Amino acid sequence: MVVMADILVALSGGVDSTVAAALLVEEGHNVTGVTLKLWGGETDSGCCSVSDVEDARRVAQQLGIDHHVFNFGDDFDRHVVEPYVADYAAGRVPNPCIECNRHIKFDKLFRRADALGFDLIATGHHAQVRRRADGVYHIGRGADPAKDQSYVLHMLAQDQIRRLRLPVGAFTKDHVRELAGELGLRTANKPDSQDVCFIERTPGRGEKGRLVFLGERIPIRSATIVDQAGTVVGSAPSIELVTVGQRKGLDLGGAAERRYVIDIDHDAAIVTVGSFEDTLTRQTEVPDLVWTAGPVTGELIVQCSAHGARKPARVEAAKPTTVLWDEPHQRVAVGQSVVLYVEDEVVGGGIAG
Amino acid sequence: MPYLTSEYGNPSGAHRMARNANKALDESREVMAETLGAQPGEIVFTGGGTEADNMAVFGTLQARPGRLVCSAVEHHAVLEPVELVGGSIVPVERSGRVKLDALVEALGPDVSLVSIMLANNETGVIQPLADIAALVREHAPNALLHTDAVQAFSWLDVADIGSVADLVSVSAHKFGGTQGVGVLVVRGSANVSARTIGGGQERGRRSGTQNVAGIVAMAAAASEMVSNREHEIKRVSALRDHLLDGVLSTVPGSIETSPRRAKTANIAHLCFEDIESESLLFLLERAEVYASAAASCSSGAMEPSHVLGAMGLSRTLGFGSLRLSLGYTTAEVDIEAALAAIPAAVNQLRASADGRHG
Repeated sequence: MVVMADILVALSGGVDSTVAAALLVEEGHNVTGVTLKLWGGETDSGCCSVSDVEDARRVAQQLGIDHHVFNFGDDFDRHVVEPYVADYAAGRVPNPCIECNRHIKFDKLFRRADALGFDLIATGHHAQVRRRADGVYHIGRGADPAKDQSYVLHMLAQDQIRRLRLPVGAFTKDHVRELAGELGLRTANKPDSQDVCFIERTPGRGEKGRLVFLGERIPIRSATIVDQAGTVVGSAPSIELVTVGQRKGLDLGGAAERRYVIDIDHDAAIVTVGSFEDTLTRQTEVPDLVWTAGPVTGELIVQCSAHGARKPARVEAAKPTTVLWDEPHQRVAVGQSVVLYVEDEVVGGGIAG
Repeated sequence: MPYLTSEYGNPSGAHRMARNANKALDESREVMAETLGAQPGEIVFTGGGTEADNMAVFGTLQARPGRLVCSAVEHHAVLEPVELVGGSIVPVERSGRVKLDALVEALGPDVSLVSIMLANNETGVIQPLADIAALVREHAPNALLHTDAVQAFSWLDVADIGSVADLVSVSAHKFGGTQGVGVLVVRGSANVSARTIGGGQERGRRSGTQNVAGIVAMAAAASEMVSNREHEIKRVSALRDHLLDGVLSTVPGSIETSPRRAKTANIAHLCFEDIESESLLFLLERAEVYASAAASCSSGAMEPSHVLGAMGLSRTLGFGSLRLSLGYTTAEVDIEAALAAIPAAVNQLRASADGRHG
């Protein structure tokens, strides 16, 4: 039997969160929807745009639940956008979704929900809340492998996971869309969000959009590319956007063999390229590594980007912030999150140093 | 309301049904003229206060090109148009009143319009319109004076106080009419270009078939409001004072944003230290106390108030603002409900981690 709870659902205006709200209403909970205004003006086409808020509001109306908008713009600037820009300026590769989860959705919003008297918070993330027999909570991978978002929730601690509901994590994305369609929700066929939400509105997706966004905030410096002997072999438009292990997007003047970024001297704006083997390492430092429920010394599965490869590794008690790869692994860009799993459950993680 | 059912004639038509509608319009025009201290021919019916304000700004600019001047605490319906055309924005004192020396500095023979609201929509602060008018006539002899009296009409004798202005805006839903109907008073001496052109209604100043039912309702509401106004000002200001005194005495760290004697009778405006308005409004809503903080943007999110910012309040304190508006329907029992709900909500928020900014 489900115990009825006061649940605050974060409604982004997308299909996942609206279906999450619908499922909780169906279970009989007392559900309130909230959309976070995080960024941008009134015509912004990115996240938390007027049209997204309208979608969230309309779905809330259809579900018969209250809908509110919280303006967390100042917090988002301070904890997500400013560090994002500062990271690139300092030669790190940030993950703003993770910082938003860490500081906004699962901190600021949790505290707000507490203050307002809610029992639980729900989101539309594709991941699962698992409670083990000993009462310990973990975040498990979403049922849809292509949409799994456990990676971006790795930082959640016991008291956060305990109060979290992830109603769509048990379903595939297709099934979520079907449910939305059956309920007549206007979000059923809404495209998935892409890229960094606060950059979507700038012209050009991906690297181009990022370059425009950063260029408005920090000086962008072109990079000189050298080989391991120090000979100049090419150039790149922005040292800030070059990543260790990168192969594509380097202007190397039609060199025959594949060459990869193996070292970045950010201050001097010099990138060294080498062979694939040169990008490999046996270990990755994660200075702020945190375990969900205490250290795990056995075999781990480790993932270094949202939908990146899953590789076996371990962390030994003697070196508690070092991930030791079973097989040589491509070096992880400083700033990227390194997430540790046992089977399909997050057991820890942190940011590569 | 026959104009929503059997009397559906178009007032611009020539047949009996049209004439009935036109008669209703003419009668309403006379009522609005009398309550606003204007001639019937000076009343232009609009689709609300924003349209009236926009017409005052853009219509004046088109009829007499020149520089525009407004205060920093104007409603967005004035502020945004004036900013759009690069007008001069005059700062206000901490009290919310326009800095008169700064106003004089902004004036000059090149100014074609000065727009200063009569009472502010967030704080209720009343501007010294007579003093402002005298300065405008002296230092900007070619300018029209517009006053946005949308917030003021229910609480001030606009027919008298507004007589110094060439253009006056009001909006029906602020005094018991329906949303989407308003008036711009355009004095006979003023020439304001039309913003909508077509069938030539409203003497060519605002084309478009009039909202007969809304206008008739507005006139009925205005007539009723004006005859009760003096009594309501006394009654509501006593309720407002009781509310303010009650909150100030029971909630530590509560601040009355501006002195209540300098504002309209209906507004209690407070700031709470260490409180975020969004949370406070949420809890008050649960207690069936419907209040407001600053203006909302089109996403529905609360935006920091430009009015409080212009008054020099810190952004942090501004984020803890609460605007409690009273009206002719407000009774003692409502005040008691608010006096129970507000301290409880503030205490709940302060007791939790999110009570403090972070």
